[in-house]
Formats: sequence, C-alpha cells, structure tokens
Amino acid sequence: MEVEAAKMIGAGLATIALAGVGVGIGNIFGNFVAGSLRNPGAAGRVFGNVLLGFALTEAVALFALVIAFLILFG
Amino acid sequence: MASPLEQFEVKPIIPIEVGGVDVSFTNSSLWMVAAIVVATVLLTVGMRGRAMVPGRMQSIAELSYEFIANMIRDNAGAGGRPYFPFLFTLFFFILFCNLLGMIPYSFTPTSHIIVTFAMAAVVFIGVTIIGIAKNGVGFLKLFAPSGVPIFLLLILVPIEIISYFVRPISLSLRLFANMMAGHTMLKVFGGFVISLGIVAGWAPLLFIVALTGLEIGIALLQAYVFTVLSCLYLHDALHPGH
Repeated sequence: MEVEAAKMIGAGLATIALAGVGVGIGNIFGNFVAGSLRNPGAAGRVFGNVLLGFALTEAVALFALVIAFLILFG
Repeated sequence: MASPLEQFEVKPIIPIEVGGVDVSFTNSSLWMVAAIVVATVLLTVGMRGRAMVPGRMQSIAELSYEFIANMIRDNAGAGGRPYFPFLFTLFFFILFCNLLGMIPYSFTPTSHIIVTFAMAAVVFIGVTIIGIAKNGVGFLKLFAPSGVPIFLLLILVPIEIISYFVRPISLSLRLFANMMAGHTMLKVFGGFVISLGIVAGWAPLLFIVALTGLEIGIALLQAYVFTVLSCLYLHDALHPGH
C-alpha cells in the first residue's frame, strides 16, 4: 500500500476515539439532567463540576485529533 | 484554497536577532501584548472610580476578583490565598488570548503548544517546589495514598508518579488542542461557504455563527479549566496526604 493512503486510513482510524468521548459527554450531561430533576436545588452548585468534567472529556477527543494530525502531517 | 492551518503561521513583524537566536517581535507576541494591555486597562480603568456602589466596569472587575478568589478557596483551600495574584494573572492572560483570537484576522497565541506548555511548565515546576518547600519529605506521600495495602502500593505508586509527570503535558495539550481545533473547524466551514456559493452557502454560514458562539464559550471554559486544574495541583502540593 502507498504510504499516503496508509496515512489517510490511520488518521481516520484515530478518530474512533470519538466513540468513547461521545459516551463520556453524554454520560456527564445525562446524569446532570437526571440528578438536577431529582434535586433542582443542587443543580446550580454542581454545574461548575459538570463543565470541568465536560472539558476534561472533550480534551480526550482533542488528544485523538492531535494524533490524527501527527499521522497526517508528522 | 489556502490550508485551514495557515492561520497558525507565526510571522515576524519586527525582525530581531540576538547572537544568532531569532527573537523577532512576531504576530504571536503582538497579540500576547494586546491581551495583557486589554486585561490591564479593563481592570485598572474599571477600579478607578472606587465607588461604594459599583458601576458596570467596576462590577466586572469586582466580580472577576471574587470569581477567582472563590475558585481558589473552594479548590485549593485557605492555604492557596498567597498564590491569588499568580492564578488571577494566569486566568486573565489565557482568557484574553483566547477571546482576542476570536476577532477575525487576529492571531491566537494559545493555539501554539509552546505557549501553553511554557505556562503549564511554570505551574508544574512552581507547584512541585511549593510542595517540597512546605512539606519536605512528606511531599512524597502524594505518590502513596494512605490506607492502601502494601502489595497494591507496588502497582499504585508507579501509576501515581506517571500521572504526576504527565500533568504539564495534558494541561498544555488540552488548551492548545481546544484552541487549534476550534479555529481549524471555523476555517473549514468557512471554506464550505465559499465552495457551496450563493445557493447553499448560507447553511454552513449559519453553522459558523453558532460555532462562533460555542468557541467564545470554550474560550471562557478553557481559561477556567486551566486555572481550576492549577488550583487542584496547588491543593495537592499543600496537602499531600490524600
């Protein structure tokens, strides 16, 4: 196989990490909504933590992006 | 069409060379200076009146002070108070680098890993020195959580040590990758608008408007996350016994 084509396939494969990140972000916000319906009073206090968890999970997706770029252009 | 990564090119504005080392004043430096100037002007002009009942500008300055002070109190504990000036500066520098980068044709210094890595390295080295200075040998308790069976420690200690030394990398990579990915995505959708033309180009254009809102949110969020994580690392250094 040509190296160029292999690079493209590799970069595409690197984006599989997004499956896990999708599950993670869905989990965070799903549980936040479920929790805040049970106890609306606490919703405001934990929202900062929700955003922190979201940012930490999103970062995993971006690590995958960095790997994809490294494969493509590195 | 130009590559979507072209916007991250560092171009020298005033070429300077000292002893064979290129220390030119680049567009990156220009926007870093702009971030510092905007933050300083916002806070000093805002606090000039020192009114008992704050106006709009003074409220921004006072609210941002309280925001960071509360963040440090909640995440680093009372011992984090002396480090307020550093964390406040860090937050505002990152925030304004990110926000000024959202202006079309501007440059985002935080979209370069060397800039974010320098900041993360300062945090990491500083926190390690603080931890050793405050706790001495007790700082090593950070790597050995209390109440863990001895055979589990054999596995846990290497993991804790690795996760400690990965911190500056993950901290810098998170901010850098967020900024770079956001700006690249905007550029890619901008390319769609041009290539689809007047017939279907309005659809990606609407998407760009929404994305710009999201990116401004991310600019705030990433500055917040960077500072919160610095606070948490500081908390670890001040109270190493888990």
